[in-house]
Amino acid sequence: MKLAIVIDGYYFLEKFGLITVIFALSLVVAMYSTLAERKIAGFLQDRVGPNRAGWGGMLQPLADGVKMFLKEEIIPAESSKFLFIVGPSLAILTACIGSAVIPWGDTIVLFGRTVDLQVTDINVGVLYIFGVVSLGVYGIMIGGWASNNKYSLMGAIRAASQNISYEIAMGLSIIALLMMTGSLSLRDITNQQHGFWHEGWFSWNFFSQPLGFLIFLVCAFAETNRTPFDLPECETELVGGYHTEYSSMKLGFYLFSEYINMFVSSAVMSTLYFGGYNYPGMDWVMEHAGPTWGPLVGVAALLGKIFFFIFFFMWVRWTVPRFRYDQLMNLGWKVLIPLAIANIVATGLWMTVKATYF
Amino acid sequence: MESLTNKKKVLEQKPMTLLERMYLPAIVKGMSITFMHMFRKKETVFYPEVQREFSENWRGMHSLKRDEQGRERCTACGLCALSCPAEAITMISAERKKGEEHLYREEKYAAVYEINMLRCIFCGLCEEACPKEAIYLDGPIVPADYLRKDFIYGKDKLVEKTIEGVNA
Amino acid sequence: MAVFYLVAFLSIFFSLLVIFSKNPVHSVIYLIITFFTFTIHYVLLNAQFLAIVNFIVYMGAIMVLFLYVLMLLDLNVNSEPVKSSLMKIAGIVAGMCLLVTLAGALKGSGFLPAGAHEEVVQRPNLGLVKNLGQVLFHDFLLPFEVSSLLLLSAMVGAVLLAKREPREI
Repeated sequence: MKLAIVIDGYYFLEKFGLITVIFALSLVVAMYSTLAERKIAGFLQDRVGPNRAGWGGMLQPLADGVKMFLKEEIIPAESSKFLFIVGPSLAILTACIGSAVIPWGDTIVLFGRTVDLQVTDINVGVLYIFGVVSLGVYGIMIGGWASNNKYSLMGAIRAASQNISYEIAMGLSIIALLMMTGSLSLRDITNQQHGFWHEGWFSWNFFSQPLGFLIFLVCAFAETNRTPFDLPECETELVGGYHTEYSSMKLGFYLFSEYINMFVSSAVMSTLYFGGYNYPGMDWVMEHAGPTWGPLVGVAALLGKIFFFIFFFMWVRWTVPRFRYDQLMNLGWKVLIPLAIANIVATGLWMTVKATYF
Repeated sequence: MESLTNKKKVLEQKPMTLLERMYLPAIVKGMSITFMHMFRKKETVFYPEVQREFSENWRGMHSLKRDEQGRERCTACGLCALSCPAEAITMISAERKKGEEHLYREEKYAAVYEINMLRCIFCGLCEEACPKEAIYLDGPIVPADYLRKDFIYGKDKLVEKTIEGVNA
Repeated sequence: MAVFYLVAFLSIFFSLLVIFSKNPVHSVIYLIITFFTFTIHYVLLNAQFLAIVNFIVYMGAIMVLFLYVLMLLDLNVNSEPVKSSLMKIAGIVAGMCLLVTLAGALKGSGFLPAGAHEEVVQRPNLGLVKNLGQVLFHDFLLPFEVSSLLLLSAMVGAVLLAKREPREI
């Protein structure tokens, strides 16, 4: 017996449509994140931000894109040409494939068919996200090394050591969460957080794992190379970091992949800790809105959470100054990892006590 | 070493308390401050549509003045060129001919008067040195250009436009 | 089966490239691709957990460190020391010994235990996390804990080695 997936035409069509929609969504969100970043930077600094291209600057991302495409393409003569091109491609590839396992909504009835709003529900979804995140550093490393420039190399090395250090704390913070959920599938984890209130306590994981969430949040900042941990592209020390030598759309891909990463990690955070597509009073809405519109409200709730986290990323960027490199390493190895292990122990103790006495 | 004054103040750096080492309270405080700034009044001046007033003692582009009858006031004495610390002003003087009384107020006038705007530091010393009140730095910002030679402004750009009806 | 042969061909092809490429950084990158083909093998064997762990640990962590170290090296051809032929012969002998051992081990096990293939195909849930965890923490608890102790001691040893000795004043 082969894998029991009945691949009929409609199944293929709906998956294809879903992938297209998610891909387009993450690109559009990333595009407008660049505008939002500049707008929010402006607002936080008592300015208005870009407002010339289109109404209130709405066409600014398009203008930036056109500018990026039309710029001269420079490949350094002493660089390793193939790897120089592979670098940004890998960066954008790994950024885009992360969204495949995220459940974007409950099962929805569309045109008389029940559709899962998730590209694939593999039962190691959380680990898949980790794998993709850990792969993301190759784009930066290969690009930085292939540039044959000492600043790029420094940026690449910083990115590598930073990502590896924070991946450990991130994994440990997730383990405490997985101990409570008992599943690696993101859909299971989301369904366990149904509604908002369950048996006398909030059902969202954030309220049972606040420390784990905090560690995960800090690590997410480090993994996406966002300020306060944007040392790989620290322009005061390293000119442009790993993308010093890049120009044109290759540079655009690097910048763009950062925003897609931000989108995906926001989605992961809201799925793991903030209930994904669940929201208070969803049973009532589901009853009254029917099986088509009810889940769509859930999708909107998830998107709302994602946008809040993207805003949070930007808010932090324009508030907190950059860490120094030794501070970064101290925080990762001497603070976050012990904290994460303590969190695991505390969670284990609490679960044992709960199982024994309640 | 003994300090020369008693004004020296030693900054005491205490080791951080646990709360301070957690960073988080400080970060939350900073983020609340930046969040409040979102609702402040925006300081942006929308430049091409809205132009900010120059201040009263603003010194911009030079202009060579005319008197009430529209005659050039400059007598080419050279005091402005002498006082100029950047040596930006050059001039060639000429004598007023018969029949040119309606053009030049004094018997001697500047046939060529050039200011190199790349050298000028807009200090206003020429304005102070002028005995005839002929030069003032009351113009707008000197516009940008592509060639160095285009920054040497002659009389065509410097002299005030003739007043309508007085001198045509 | 066609997929298996394609992936197997790719793994052998890229592992040969690891050996034959002149530039160490290129070698490491080929090695990463080789590990990726291994991941596909695991997926074909229904071992999802092993596949993803191989992906994270080998591709995502260990090879990053390999690359990290290699990037810091001076990769000029001039600085490459010429290896003596004695070393080469020793290398060939050692490699052949390994090959013989592997072949012997495979032959001893009779290539695959009878019915292993059917086992994998008939129980698609064999490699899932739950079953793997049951086996690891039930049947193989002692070896599992011993190997974790081994890793812990290795980690402590590495920290001790890396730590700067306190300077005597």
